[in-house]
Amino acid sequence: MSRVIELTDQELTEVLQLINQLYGYDFTGYASASMHRRVYRFMHASGLNTYDDLRYNLSEQKATFEHFLEFISVNVTEMFRDPEFFKTIKEEVFPRLATYPLIRIWHAGCATGEEVFSMAILLKEAGLLERTRIYATDINPVNIEKAKKGIMTLQVIKDYTANYIKSGGSKDFSGYYTALYNNALISKELRENILFSQHNLVTDQVFNEFQLVCCRNVMIYFNKGLQNKVLHLLHDSLAPLGYLALGPKESLLFTDIADRFEVISPAFKIFRRNQ
Amino acid sequence: MAKAFDIIIIGGSAGSVQVISQIIHELPAVLPVPVVIVLHRLKNVASEMSKILSAQTNKVIVEPDDKDPIKNSFIYLAPQNYHLLIESDFTFSLDYSEVVQYSRPSIDVTFESAAKVYGKKAFAVLLSGGNKDGTNGIGAVIVRGGKAIVQHPDSALYPAMPSAAIASNKGIPTLYPEQIIEYLNKNLNPSR
Ligand SMILES: C[S@@+](CC[C@H](N)C(=O)[O-])C[C@H]1O[C@@H](n2cnc3c(N)ncnc32)[C@H](O)[C@@H]1O
Repeated sequence: MSRVIELTDQELTEVLQLINQLYGYDFTGYASASMHRRVYRFMHASGLNTYDDLRYNLSEQKATFEHFLEFISVNVTEMFRDPEFFKTIKEEVFPRLATYPLIRIWHAGCATGEEVFSMAILLKEAGLLERTRIYATDINPVNIEKAKKGIMTLQVIKDYTANYIKSGGSKDFSGYYTALYNNALISKELRENILFSQHNLVTDQVFNEFQLVCCRNVMIYFNKGLQNKVLHLLHDSLAPLGYLALGPKESLLFTDIADRFEVISPAFKIFRRNQ
Repeated sequence: MAKAFDIIIIGGSAGSVQVISQIIHELPAVLPVPVVIVLHRLKNVASEMSKILSAQTNKVIVEPDDKDPIKNSFIYLAPQNYHLLIESDFTFSLDYSEVVQYSRPSIDVTFESAAKVYGKKAFAVLLSGGNKDGTNGIGAVIVRGGKAIVQHPDSALYPAMPSAAIASNKGIPTLYPEQIIEYLNKNLNPSR
């Protein structure tokens, strides 16, 4: 049995403030239930049993914080998660994107890139990849480094292939990667137009204008106030009539900018910025 | 009159859909509390489960969106491929993190979260299933003073899940589906 003593809400707030002061990462607007779980798991894995242990180690060792960041930024992801979402993007959004001579897409909170590679495959099949520039960003530099390599384990490829087929894909999925020992390397052609870099949605700014922004399963980690703030950033990053795709269970209806979007797919939370 | 509990949380896996339908079907039409169901199911398939359950129970069962408020009389089903958490302001949060007991949604995760927020006022029911998810969650509910029952393993298509919870939580009541329904109805209608 673990001897980790769970933090109180007050203690959690103090730890997050401390981190912000020391390392410049602001997690104070993250949703509390999930943050409590992450911190608990982190303490458990690091052998830190109490609030004081945690505070002390975070203040004294940068390595503790780096490890903490790994735990906090949940980098779970998969290729073609929610296959029908991708099908909807292909059917409803691509025909519009195709009217632009140069297409810019932003994946915010891209984790280790699986969602981005999925999009690249669809763009390639639609003949759009060559004139698309994909910007993929994440708060966690470790994720970005991994994404740049484009390597995943062969073990997961079977699931991804099934997802790809469910999304309406009809090509041979094995043509999109090279198998090396136990790994799959995503083909270079798919990765060429992707630029991976670090970007924090909480503290960084608008950096370009996009026809499509995907920010899926990232804002679930934020509280309502922070969600509202980040949605403004996403809105301001969109070209007029640009598309915004959130995760299937993320809503922007309660935010103060809901009326600046048209709903394209209520099931898959695809929106379009007004003119 | 004070309610015996403020939320009902139900967890089930293999062999539990029938029992869940039966329970929900027999509950009063207007519930004084919310019901949250965590059911293991396939991921990445278009989710028909809430529709199926709604049709079988004559009640509306919804998959909550992130940050939806938890309302009395609503019956919620945890969405596929997310953990379902409860915030202290009585809203849901979704969480896409590692599987727990090979499951996402995990029963443990939701039960532990509900135990924290609802304490003595949580009521947990664990049904048929083939793994150990739910055992820790039931423990968390009990530790915080809430009430928990499990389906009697003899009546479960897959007894592993209730059996594991019984082994780790000594003295927990084990009920047959009809008894679960009777128990819930008795506690939901204080006048009876
Ligand atoms: C669950 S993953 C989602 C990955 C992918 N979009 C998907 O849906 O499969 C959440 C990602 O959000 C990132 N993230 C969390 N907070 C962030 C922030 N403030 N700015 C940018 N990315 C963030 C995490 O590092 C993590 O990689």
